[in-house]
Amino acid sequence: MKFLYAAYAATWLIHITYLALLSRRYRRLRDEMQEFHKK
Amino acid sequence: MRRLFVILALLTFGLLTFALYEGVVAAPTEQTMGEVQRIFYYHVPSAVTAFTLFLINFVVSIIYLARRSPRADALAVSTAEVGVVFCTVVLVTGPLWARPVWGIWWTWDARLTSTLLLWLIYVSYLILRRYSTSGQTPVIAAVLAVFGFLDVPFVYLANRLFRTQHPQPVYFGGPGSGADPRMTFALLMNMAAFFAFAALVVWLRFRLERARQDFEETQALEALLLPDVRSPR
Repeated sequence: MKFLYAAYAATWLIHITYLALLSRRYRRLRDEMQEFHKK
Repeated sequence: MRRLFVILALLTFGLLTFALYEGVVAAPTEQTMGEVQRIFYYHVPSAVTAFTLFLINFVVSIIYLARRSPRADALAVSTAEVGVVFCTVVLVTGPLWARPVWGIWWTWDARLTSTLLLWLIYVSYLILRRYSTSGQTPVIAAVLAVFGFLDVPFVYLANRLFRTQHPQPVYFGGPGSGADPRMTFALLMNMAAFFAFAALVVWLRFRLERARQDFEETQALEALLLPDVRSPR
């Protein structure tokens, strides 16, 4: 059973990590845009 | 648009939960492998989703080469990136299934090696897009995507064409192939859930890419229109 749990947990860990990276890129682009419009 | 996204996200979450229940609880336990066979319900849908995303990447890369459409380019990079995520899931869940069943984590047979090669091709594509500063990057990436996709049918056919450690196809494998209808239902539910989830993530990634394209265009226009006060005359 531990391999089954590990596979399911790894799947969601990979997806959640990617979503977190995507969210960080959104924030970074938003900050860059705000910085640009301030100039 | 935001409201529609939230509704679709909630529906997808519900579908993923139902599919998880079908895979872990409702589907019968396979006789030979036991409980560990349930990895099948995540491993196979992840592979099919990755292949589908690479197929979309292939089609929109051709469209980009023909029309130079920024939207096609944005969709190409989005599907390649999300496809790599799903392909990573395949490469992680595969060894976790292989170890208790085959006694080994990995073997260099045709199916496994071609899947690793596929992952490396699309990771190269993403590295190219991330670090190349040439104005021709989208064109070069589109060409790489078109040729890179040729590995997808090879991965699919590998265990039909070669003698591999990977088992023979459960579905579409000729006489004697197939599975218990409850297993098939659990597989189809997980496939639908993963497709819906992938579509939402591609949507998010596509919007980010379009925003980035618009921003870069604005920056370029501004640089052209405004006099550069820093440069000495």
